[in-house]
Amino acid sequence: MIEHRPFGSIMSHLIIILGLLVIAFPVWITVVAATHDSVRVTQVPFPLLPGDQFFINLKAMFSNSEEAIGGIPVGMMMLNSLIMALMIATGKIVISLLSAFAIVYFQFRFRMFFFWMIFVTLMLPVEVRILPTFEVVADLGMLNSYWGLTIPLIASATATFLFRQTFLGVPDELLEAARIDGAGPMRFFFDILLPISRTSIAALFVILFIFGWNQYLWPLLITTDKSMYTIVMGMKSLLETADGEPAWHIIMMTALMAMLPPIIVVLGMQNLFVRGLTETEK
Amino acid sequence: MLKRAHFNSSWLPYALVAPQIIITLVFFMWPAGQSIYQSFLIEDAFGLSTEFVWFENYSYLMADSLYFDTVFRTIFFSMTVALLSLSIALLLAGFADRVVRGAMFYRTMLIWPYAVAPVIAGALWVFMFDPTLGILTSWLDEFGWNWNHRLNGGEAMSLVIIAATWKQISYNFLFFVAAMQAIPRSLIEAAALDGAGPFQRFWTIVLPLIMPTGFFLLVVNIVYAFFETFGIIHVVTGGGPAKATEILVYKAYSDGFIGLDLGSSAAQSTILMVGVILITIIQFRYVERQVDYA
Repeated sequence: MIEHRPFGSIMSHLIIILGLLVIAFPVWITVVAATHDSVRVTQVPFPLLPGDQFFINLKAMFSNSEEAIGGIPVGMMMLNSLIMALMIATGKIVISLLSAFAIVYFQFRFRMFFFWMIFVTLMLPVEVRILPTFEVVADLGMLNSYWGLTIPLIASATATFLFRQTFLGVPDELLEAARIDGAGPMRFFFDILLPISRTSIAALFVILFIFGWNQYLWPLLITTDKSMYTIVMGMKSLLETADGEPAWHIIMMTALMAMLPPIIVVLGMQNLFVRGLTETEK
Repeated sequence: MLKRAHFNSSWLPYALVAPQIIITLVFFMWPAGQSIYQSFLIEDAFGLSTEFVWFENYSYLMADSLYFDTVFRTIFFSMTVALLSLSIALLLAGFADRVVRGAMFYRTMLIWPYAVAPVIAGALWVFMFDPTLGILTSWLDEFGWNWNHRLNGGEAMSLVIIAATWKQISYNFLFFVAAMQAIPRSLIEAAALDGAGPFQRFWTIVLPLIMPTGFFLLVVNIVYAFFETFGIIHVVTGGGPAKATEILVYKAYSDGFIGLDLGSSAAQSTILMVGVILITIIQFRYVERQVDYA
């Protein structure tokens, strides 16, 4: 603080608090809706305080899911989301580490060509190649499988750039020392590069986990089998079946479950998250 | 680019880049090529015959006033989302930069919406604005406003904009706060000694210095509004009512997957692809310039 202005300081606090109340409001309402029974949720005026039905709704969502939400088991969807998010995050990190290692530490033909080819993937988000990518996945017989959900998404220009940047900052002496000690390329990679890059890897993992968990369009296209639904895309079918008799308390409970894991990751690993976000965008 | 000290191996580097390159070829290059190829074809309604028609799909689009409506709607939508979320985030970051106590707490409380999937964000807002039982609808009702985004296109667009903006504020906030923290305190102190008040300091020192971040965020936000808001629109309005919230990505999706007009959908995708390439080039030229001045 430059000068002492009690009034200005109180104003700042008030405005920020107002801002975060407004931002938190939708989630508050979700919690409220998820803790009341079906009757109370549909009555006007809508309650502003949470009810006492949390565990009853939670149980209903997990066990009685058949009738409540159109026969899609929420536990299964959450497991699918978890598997998809972990596979995407791990896959992106592994293949990007390997290709960044090759590009930074080896001299070989087409090195720059490969680099530009990876770069170009930045310009081809899944939204602009929806149909043909779907056809490729269908031709490979990967519809309704974890491979189909994840493999087409794990090429990553941003992760490759990030690791390239990290590797370029590693002192050359380390490689020379490793050579003198007789270490081969892969030994150097595993024993020196990986330990050095572990903060970057962790930060990136946080970002990519959220990216993977929140995928929507892609799972929507390639899963037709309900047992492969992810929780984020399952929300859509919940809302669709809700056209007749909206089970809003269960729907909002499911929404809560769908957003909880990534929020926990962000809040629990806040510093890694901030680091990952600012580094990948550079 | 290459390390001065590097390995020489004939096959290892190819094996290392292979997974990334194979995935890029199979799931990026080939589909993108197919998309361009398909945009030159017209398939009959039953998928029995296809005809190579050069640029006919494109000329149909160019002659279609509905397509241009979608283009302008998309521009309006993404500019509104970008400017709204940037200004709210800037406001919050400006005040957050002033507070000493509780800065970490405020950051924590403001960043988590980033983790909420667009679809879920859409579901939360559509619930609060539900025409019969939504809490915000009942508040609006007290003022005599009969909110119904299922019938009113303007209200549907507002709802989609609100949900998309809500989700993006945290991202912008984080970058603005980081940019403000990078400003040397001595600059601010010097201005304060010269008698500049908090608002004057913000306008004349802080704002110009965080402009590069602002420009970078503008590009990122526009890309976000163009592509990642698909989930919000899909769940909140389904592009309706009467296409009032149909943006380009949504149209490419619904023409292709629901309308099964593959040629037109592919042409639209190709146009979008050109758009992304242009945006990426702008972004990278800007990044290069930033490196030059650093």
